[in-house]
Amino acid sequence: MSQIPALIPTSLLLASLVALLVGLKSHRAAHLIALAGAVFAFVCSILGLQAVIQGDGEAIRYAMGAWVPPIGIEFVLDSLAAYMVTLITFIGVMVLIYAPRSLALETPGRQGMVYPSMTLVLAGLVGMCLTGDVFNLYVFLEIAALAAYALLAIGDRGAPVATLRYLLFGAVGGGFYLLGVAYLYFAAGTVNMADLSMRLPELMESRAVIVAAVLMVVGLGVKMALFPFHLWLPDVYTNAPSVSAGLIAPIMTKVSAYAIIRLFLDVFPPGFFTESLPIATTIGWVSAAGILFGSVLAVAQHDYRRMLAYSSVGQLGYIGLGIGLANPLGMIGGLLHILNHALMKGLLFMIGGAVRLRFGTTKIPEYVGVGRAMPWTMVAFTVGVLAMVGIPPTAGFFSKWYLLLGAADAGAWIWFAVIIASSLLSAIYFFRVVEMIYRDPETDSAVADHEPREAGEAPASMFWPITIMATAVMAVGIFNVLIVSALLERVVAPLGG
Amino acid sequence: MTADFLLSRYPYILIAVLFGIGLYGMTVKRNLMKKVIGMTIFQTSIYLFFIQGATKQGATIPVRVPEMGTSPELYINPLPQVIVLTAIVVGVAITGVALSLILVLHRRYGTLDEVELLRRMRESA
Repeated sequence: MSQIPALIPTSLLLASLVALLVGLKSHRAAHLIALAGAVFAFVCSILGLQAVIQGDGEAIRYAMGAWVPPIGIEFVLDSLAAYMVTLITFIGVMVLIYAPRSLALETPGRQGMVYPSMTLVLAGLVGMCLTGDVFNLYVFLEIAALAAYALLAIGDRGAPVATLRYLLFGAVGGGFYLLGVAYLYFAAGTVNMADLSMRLPELMESRAVIVAAVLMVVGLGVKMALFPFHLWLPDVYTNAPSVSAGLIAPIMTKVSAYAIIRLFLDVFPPGFFTESLPIATTIGWVSAAGILFGSVLAVAQHDYRRMLAYSSVGQLGYIGLGIGLANPLGMIGGLLHILNHALMKGLLFMIGGAVRLRFGTTKIPEYVGVGRAMPWTMVAFTVGVLAMVGIPPTAGFFSKWYLLLGAADAGAWIWFAVIIASSLLSAIYFFRVVEMIYRDPETDSAVADHEPREAGEAPASMFWPITIMATAVMAVGIFNVLIVSALLERVVAPLGG
Repeated sequence: MTADFLLSRYPYILIAVLFGIGLYGMTVKRNLMKKVIGMTIFQTSIYLFFIQGATKQGATIPVRVPEMGTSPELYINPLPQVIVLTAIVVGVAITGVALSLILVLHRRYGTLDEVELLRRMRESA
């Protein structure tokens, strides 16, 4: 059991290395190895999650290379890390099952290099969640980012332009974070998170610590695509292959949000982000602006992927709003939204890839008749849409519900109104797609007629991940009380109440 | 007074200037190659900040010499150096990926002007 925090990232790193070597010869073998690594990591995460819940939130600690922290780096599997790691590896397994058919269409001849990059992204992200060291977090952050650049750049013709812009934003974000780590180290003399949380309460007035907190949050905010640092995001998701977008859109930005939450709850002293400095409130306000901006622009998009990208800008705002509310209910809402949005957005991007495989288009006006050709996939799509809008009993409803309760609790009525307004806006832009899908191509002469490339549902390797994700969206909604009481209430304990 | 301040703090001032040059290059320049150059200057300024903050006058390398004793004043703290070494490796990897993307872009479009590239990318989408 005590080995689990180390096994999760190392199994993914190993799978990535082997898949890279094997991928030179055969991309099918590379796929199997990557999948095996991800499944192993997922099983480990489930075991770890179980152990953490049974141990009443007691963290499982692993000292890397037997160097005792704070001298060495420790990996910590606590409630929050177990929650995030299970989510990341679950999405990883689903996207890896889904990947081969979609990649064969969208990136022919280059699949062998995609699988190692995918496991490397997963390794970086689980590493970020598990590490108990602020500098090690930077290293994993950049591992995930570098592999993600490779995954995103192999997309459509314009993908390298978008990716290079993402890389430049990412470098600034990473640089600010690293500079923050430097200030923190000079002020407190340690980079171990547990050690920092012991030493920082005495240093609350120190200017170096204040500068460090601001730099780290700004850096992670850029990585998280927090408004107004979201500029790179729409182009990247629009040009990326469906598989890369399906892997990166659900989890990449969320893990940076997780890092902000980790700093807020466990590293800096309680009240530092709310009373000493208005960091939480600032995040809340820019998130509220981002929610409105993303939702409004999503309405105007004709490309399915671009619409999802702007919707992501808005949805990330919900997580930011949860941080901004800084009360237990709001934070639970934000954390729950990390899970919900990852499932919903992963589902919707996967469906986009399936439609692209069958119909060869990503333009919403050309989606006419998809509902007749792929009925079950479109049932899953409808589930995803209902969840995005926030209709019970889908997952999306409950995170918004907690956020609304949190906003009411804090008396933040403007944020309350923003959440309601953006739900209505997302109803507009998603029901527009639903309408196209269920239009009848034969009786509707106003639309350009086009034949599906191959009739019928998506192939089984794509259909089943989509179905499982849609089921998960429902299941997380129905069982959200279990998740909140077993995990999230412990996570938000530092906020009191 | 000013001279004293400059003499005691000049490395930090130079680092801040480098930091500013790097950010300026990344945000204002239109040519993507110049942006990448700005990025490396930006990253270098952060490494230098880390190293400068960890220097000690009159201390030696962090290998314990029995005759010198164990006072921490006598040895340089190795941790910032190790951190910066790791960060440099990360930075080199980022630069490598950026340069390979620039290579692809130049072959595909024949230009590195950001505004022009964005225009063409959105046209083709």
